[in-house]
Amino acid sequence: MALSISHLLGLRGVPASDITMILDTATSFKEILSRPIPKVPTLRGTTVVNFFYEPSTRTRISFELAEKRLSADTVNFSKTGSSVKKGETLRDTIRNIAAMKIDMVVVRHSAAGVPLFLTQCVDAAIINAGDGINEHPTQALLDMMTLRAKFGSLKGLKVAIVGDISHSRVAGSNIHGLQTMGAEVRVCGPKTLIPRGQEEICPVSYNLQETIEWADVLNILRIQLERQESGLFPSIREYHAEFGVTRRRLQQAKKDITIMHPGPINRGIELDSDIADSEFSVILDQVTNGVAVRMAVLYLLSGSDAKVDQ
Amino acid sequence: MLKIEKILLHGGTVLDLENGKSARADVAIVDGKIRQVGEIETESFGGDVIDVSGAVLTPGLMDMHVHLREPGREDEETVASGCAAAMAGGFTAVCAMPNTEPECDTQEVVQFIKKRAEAELVDVYPIGAITKKRAGREISEMADMIRAGAVAFSDDGSPVLNTAVMKRALEYSSMYFSPIIDHCEDPFLFEGGHMNESKMSTLLGLPPIPPVGEEIMIGRNISLVRYVGGHLHVAHISTKRGVELVRQAKEEGLPVTCEVAPHHLVFSDEDLKEYDTNLKMNPPLRTPEDVEALKAGLKDGTIDVIASDHAPHSVEEKQVEFVEAPFGILGLETMLGIIITKIVKEKILSLEQALEKMCISPRRICRLPIPRIKKGEAANISIFDPDKKWTVDVKKFKSLSRNSPYDGWKLNGVVLGVVNKGLYQKS
Repeated sequence: MALSISHLLGLRGVPASDITMILDTATSFKEILSRPIPKVPTLRGTTVVNFFYEPSTRTRISFELAEKRLSADTVNFSKTGSSVKKGETLRDTIRNIAAMKIDMVVVRHSAAGVPLFLTQCVDAAIINAGDGINEHPTQALLDMMTLRAKFGSLKGLKVAIVGDISHSRVAGSNIHGLQTMGAEVRVCGPKTLIPRGQEEICPVSYNLQETIEWADVLNILRIQLERQESGLFPSIREYHAEFGVTRRRLQQAKKDITIMHPGPINRGIELDSDIADSEFSVILDQVTNGVAVRMAVLYLLSGSDAKVDQ
Repeated sequence: MLKIEKILLHGGTVLDLENGKSARADVAIVDGKIRQVGEIETESFGGDVIDVSGAVLTPGLMDMHVHLREPGREDEETVASGCAAAMAGGFTAVCAMPNTEPECDTQEVVQFIKKRAEAELVDVYPIGAITKKRAGREISEMADMIRAGAVAFSDDGSPVLNTAVMKRALEYSSMYFSPIIDHCEDPFLFEGGHMNESKMSTLLGLPPIPPVGEEIMIGRNISLVRYVGGHLHVAHISTKRGVELVRQAKEEGLPVTCEVAPHHLVFSDEDLKEYDTNLKMNPPLRTPEDVEALKAGLKDGTIDVIASDHAPHSVEEKQVEFVEAPFGILGLETMLGIIITKIVKEKILSLEQALEKMCISPRRICRLPIPRIKKGEAANISIFDPDKKWTVDVKKFKSLSRNSPYDGWKLNGVVLGVVNKGLYQKS
């Protein structure tokens, strides 16, 4: 059994069989994480570079932990800003690192398309840890793993993604992945934060209350303060009033609903603090599953034939 | 390059683009002038005989939208390398865009470019900047530049944002019957974009450029022309609505013309799935619907000119993240082949109609004399075989740059050579 893909660049175009295999593998890895010594030798001798061109705390830690739990050798490279302005091109940087004999690259970059670009520069498996506003496939996979654990299946599940869709790579990957797995997806947010042509990809709503009534799951995105500064919505106050998920709105819907958030949360803006910590929330499950999903992706793309349950 | 004393182009078909008539004829050229057109015996000729059987001879082709990069970026292109690329592409004339370093905004820079091109076979016609330093604030010394050889004005690469400045530019240039070539885009809507705004920009996660920005600027400029006169030439038109506005302006009888670049007829934003920086240009590739509208605009005559927007960029600059790559691709050495293969063979235009948009029409717009293959005229001729095929190999380009999306393409239209200024260059 092997994946049909040799890099994880995004979830657009990735077949359901691959996603299922990643989620199944992640589920068996999750068990390892609860052992007294949560470590297996599966990727011993495999070298992974965490190539982070954008600040990241949780995604980087999650990948690093996943690599360490699998006994891979890891190297971290962090740099912010454009490589072009700093004298060395991205192509040169990655080719130099690759010349030191590495097997896999986990890449985070502010520019869309960089993971694909890296596949054209070096001969290593590339894993996208977020490229600009394009995709963040491991985030969507951990979201799907969390939902599958809770609901048993993704088929027919109604998932609403709420917030700044225009600037969200999490939304992009979730929409592609969930649709492939047979879930129903819609997005909800102010029209100034919904990108052109979105309605050709999935249904769009500008009404949070209606969206809550419809959905089984709300995946709530972080609203970046600078979006307000660039005039995409009038004020944080109005955003909270129109698109903030509050206990009052959930109670009005009179039903059970699952709350997800990729983090970090602006408490009291897109999501009330009280709800984030409530029985509705699976936010911390998402974080735990993140390590398992990343272990699965690393393992399946490493070409290793070591058995999972060593 | 061969200095012509006495040559005979034998066995070709001479195209008359003005009447759409073509006839099998040999052309004798003596000291740069056409001595005879018709059936000419090779044995008794007594000069160099060049066999052009199967080829067509057309009045010299002109590309009115070329970035020669000199002065300033001689690593990417020079006047000499640009002329070599033009000849290889079958052109005997180019217009040089003024976004050089320094900008071509004074007669000194116009003269510099003219001087650089003096010994070239290719006629190089500088385009002056509309505004000083292309900064969009004050109109440049247009009359002075015209005296030095400028044939039109443009701030290409940027629009003239300030409407009052554009109004003055149209008024001032109209005294000299010089066209104002505007790069029509609204920079506020453009806002750091990198590809056309559509479902594709959403799927690819690339910062979008709303196509309505082109329409808004074309619309504004047409309103100004209606109000103050002048000749507006819309550079590299790319949207359906833009074409529609130019069509309406022409029906109204306004002096508005426009050009299209070959890449906008061949690619759409759906071709950006691989984030290929050689498909990144400004205006960006639009939707398939826009591509169809451009073809319709060519067919009904709304689009006057086909021009390449030849924009050389170094390999280093293009081998980067998509959002870091500069806008622009090469065009001089592939335009004729692309147009024959994708426009003529696809029966959108006849060969004569297509060539008219790369020969007569750009010269009319720039108020330049139109070459004719007739006895007594100066010989200004492009020679190519429209049916013969070749494979694009960027490594063999005469241009100093390599940023072409057509590498490996099989195209119709092999250039055999060009004649101009008493010189003959075999390809």
